[in-house]
Amino acid sequence: MNTQSNAMPETFAARNDRPVRISAARLLYWSVRRELWEYRSIYLAPMAVAAVFLFGFLISTIHLSARMRAVSTLDPMRYRAVAALPYDFVAGLMMATGILISVFYCLDALYGERRDRSILFWKSMPVSDLTTVLAKASIPLIVLPLLVFAVTVITQLVMLLWSSAVLAGSGLDVGKLWASLSFFRMSALLLYHLVTAHALWPAPVYCWLLLVSAWARRAPFLWAVLPPFAIAGVEGIVFHTSHFARLLAERFIGGAPVGTVSPPHAFPTGPTVHVVPLELLSAPGLWIGLLIAAAFLLAAVRMRRYSEPI
Amino acid sequence: MACIEAHGLRKAFGTTIALDGIDLRVEEGRILGLIGPNGAGKTTALHAILGLISYQGDLRVLGHDPWKERDQLMLDVCFIADVAVLPRWIRVSQALEYLAGVHPRFDRAKAEGFLARTNIRQTSKVRELSKGMVTQLHLALVMAIDAKLLVLDEPTLGLDILYRKQFYDSLLNDYFDRSRTIVVTTHQVEELQQVLTDVMFINRGRIVFACSMEEFESRYVEVMVNPENAPAARAFKPIHERQVLGRSILLFDRADRQQLARLGDVHTPSIADLFVAIIGNQAQVAQGVSR
Repeated sequence: MNTQSNAMPETFAARNDRPVRISAARLLYWSVRRELWEYRSIYLAPMAVAAVFLFGFLISTIHLSARMRAVSTLDPMRYRAVAALPYDFVAGLMMATGILISVFYCLDALYGERRDRSILFWKSMPVSDLTTVLAKASIPLIVLPLLVFAVTVITQLVMLLWSSAVLAGSGLDVGKLWASLSFFRMSALLLYHLVTAHALWPAPVYCWLLLVSAWARRAPFLWAVLPPFAIAGVEGIVFHTSHFARLLAERFIGGAPVGTVSPPHAFPTGPTVHVVPLELLSAPGLWIGLLIAAAFLLAAVRMRRYSEPI
Repeated sequence: MACIEAHGLRKAFGTTIALDGIDLRVEEGRILGLIGPNGAGKTTALHAILGLISYQGDLRVLGHDPWKERDQLMLDVCFIADVAVLPRWIRVSQALEYLAGVHPRFDRAKAEGFLARTNIRQTSKVRELSKGMVTQLHLALVMAIDAKLLVLDEPTLGLDILYRKQFYDSLLNDYFDRSRTIVVTTHQVEELQQVLTDVMFINRGRIVFACSMEEFESRYVEVMVNPENAPAARAFKPIHERQVLGRSILLFDRADRQQLARLGDVHTPSIADLFVAIIGNQAQVAQGVSR
């Protein structure tokens, strides 16, 4: 580029003397902003779900004092289980919301712009296909996990403060609730869980969805879902095994408990969960998954380069 | 250096050949009209120039290979396809913000100045605007970019005559200076005749005619004659003849104007007339029709 522009004659070089470099970070930032403008549900849906839940929770605190008084004599583990229930519930609800938004976002991200022909406008901007695809991939892999984390923690904090006020009003021990929940540890575990089990581990699934949305000429949902089903089905019929289906389920629904040690069925932010990041980082499955995700993304970049309005 | 330079540009979609070896050279500071029937390859040619499709052959736009360096090229090239490409969900203010964010040559104040002359409010979404207003918006955005090449693909398709006139007026008055280059395709040729500096006809993936407007005006002449003078006029070998209200209109390439003037009314043909003559003749040859 530089050598060519130096070689340009006066007439071209004389105009446009303002600097023409825009940093990659700035292009990425504006590309992500445009995604948030276009798909406002990315942040509106989690906030709406949290608001509805919070409303229900505030009403349910009418009985909070009675309930907590009843369990106040139980041993710490049982007390914690009862006290943490609504907090775990809202965290799970937000995670499910995040997954749902991610899936539908990914399926439309590179398909919608071709369908409404706006790809011709986006491609008339000095933004590369790589930047665009990376910005779109960052929504399920970075933006949504962080957003789900922020909304969940704020919701839980409001719940905790409100509960404390209610309990203090009826003369119950607020300190016991705080100590039992250990809010900070719970939040740190939530962030760890979101980053590992909702972003790093299922990354190949989201990147697959992005690839399909870059490629499908119609019905991206079917194209995303049917091939994996077909593979699992053929495997079942031919080999009578279900490795592929198990692999997918492990990658996606709930995510495998990689990088943590916990008793079965424990909530990922519970007191019995211990993080082992080194185990996660040394798991070949993580790196193979990320490599596959990168390959899907590069293929999506290539597809977008060739793609035309449909 | 030419703004656009193509040698043997080819593009096939499956078995359909959209561009069949195009040679093209557009100098800086020209306004080129690319005119052709539907499916002639106009849009394909423009998309190749814009780096939207791959192609065979040599193509340089402002010194870049468009297919390999689209994002770099788009710093210096602007593009308006037909009216429907602005995303429908975007707000006018968001479009301004976005362009200011990603385009180093975008002048937001200038764009706001252009918009102030229209009825477009910054809080509106594109989906709420009429077709004409969307085109006004797109033009305002594009004119605020200090680009070297502007590519317009049927920019006024489906607009009424007031919007169309306004579109080309503001393009000429507010945007064009002798150092910018504009390439435009359209079906409304008549409205463009006064605007263009060069004209090019494209048919079935080939360039069948190219000349500057000065050359066009000196070369081509049309004469309208009464039936009794028609045989005499035909002796000058017209390239096309048509009948209007009982009189014949004959189109000549490099004929003696003074001699023709004795036979009837002489005037410079419109681009549309020449287009019909050239493309129409080709179509008849292709269909095996003898005259």
